[in-house]
Amino acid sequence: MNDRRLRVGLVDHGAGNLVSIGQGLERAGARVSAVVGPADLEGMEALVLPGVGTTGAAMSRLREAGLAEPLRAWEGPLLGICVGMQLFFTSSEEDDSRCLNLDRGTVRRLEGAPLLPHIGWNDLLFGGDPLFAGIPPEATFYFVHSYAPQPDDPALVIARAEYPRPFAAAVRNGRRVGVQFHPERSGGHGLRLLSNFVAEAGAGAGAGAAGR
Amino acid sequence: MTLRTRVIACLDVQEGRVVKGVNFVNLTDEGDPVELAARYAAEGIDEIVYLDIAASPRGRGALLDVVRRTAQNVFVPLTVGGGVRSPEDMRAVLRAGADKVSLNTAAVLRPGLIDECAATFGSQCVVLAVDAKKEEDGRWNVYITGGRDDTGRDAVEWAAEGARRGAGEILLTSMDRDGTNIGFDIPLTAAVSEAVEVPVIASGGAGRPAHFAEAVREAGASAVLAAGIFHRGQVSIASVKKAMSEAGIPIR
Repeated sequence: MNDRRLRVGLVDHGAGNLVSIGQGLERAGARVSAVVGPADLEGMEALVLPGVGTTGAAMSRLREAGLAEPLRAWEGPLLGICVGMQLFFTSSEEDDSRCLNLDRGTVRRLEGAPLLPHIGWNDLLFGGDPLFAGIPPEATFYFVHSYAPQPDDPALVIARAEYPRPFAAAVRNGRRVGVQFHPERSGGHGLRLLSNFVAEAGAGAGAGAAGR
Repeated sequence: MTLRTRVIACLDVQEGRVVKGVNFVNLTDEGDPVELAARYAAEGIDEIVYLDIAASPRGRGALLDVVRRTAQNVFVPLTVGGGVRSPEDMRAVLRAGADKVSLNTAAVLRPGLIDECAATFGSQCVVLAVDAKKEEDGRWNVYITGGRDDTGRDAVEWAAEGARRGAGEILLTSMDRDGTNIGFDIPLTAAVSEAVEVPVIASGGAGRPAHFAEAVREAGASAVLAAGIFHRGQVSIASVKKAMSEAGIPIR
């Protein structure tokens, strides 16, 4: 069998709901496999790093699984979701954890929020990034978090949300993208975002597209 | 740019089927959870809650199967409760496809469970379900084991303690109002909303679209939940959202 679908590795660090993300990626035309250890990265063309739990717990599990270093070295397309995106940065205020430090920045508790966690559907303010291709500006996405990253380089931020102060809701550095909301729980617009990620990763897979 | 107030459909599940009672008893079969959840998602529901009301070991596999099938077919947030007694139980439910887990009886019997679950999975994942019933002195007591046992604990104080221990949300059910369709318990919901700094989901008593708006405007609920009236088609999700919108509440 010649399966030409994009091979996407879904990093499983033991705490999260991978069912919906996996299903969303499959619907987008990807062939999804779980990544529980470094050997599972073989043959993967793109990775998705989900995240439920605290950044500290997620980092310990990645280290125990031997995945922290391979993730640091990964240069292909990568999508981080919620805590998965927070792990891109240097450190987190949440249990003072060190993260992957792929991008410089700190994950901080949302300041000035009326209630925390920030739970529910909220607007996004996004520009022309391909991750949001075909998504109307009035689309809302589902958030459930108390922390969000503050990248040292504000140019990494490709979408903001407000609660009530603006925070980074999506970031990009080359082929590495991260979203603070849950596309797998955001209905049709969320599925479109996953599909955009798969399409972009697929387009770059044969072309050797360079990161920034 | 505003956070929308959530409208939540609750499905009481027993051995893989949806059931609904009045004042926590007289259960009737109301269908397949996955089918109902998919219908609600198509109609614009903001979140689904499954409560495994029997929480028997025998029904556990059926529940996890329903959660898995839901996560494969329904792309809105899913909270699951019933029978979670340890972080390991919680992990099984999350891995089956839930986003949040609701704790109730086990947390009352051993409050440290809330701290443990929040430390492992984060507060945003831990919902404390509080079943409250009014006492003669006007306060509310916490009931456990599906509303059968009075703990003698004050519901408002328990909700506050739960939030302090790390629950990220309170799912507050008025047992007096449950299934009666006469409206949410406004004083109870207001008392708990004032006592905690996490979102409060009002539950129990919804009968008309206007009731949902009341719970938000008069009692400060962050989300409103109903079950039977949605299952029986008595009230549509669209009509609830319309009433909320007309009351000036931001909805999706």
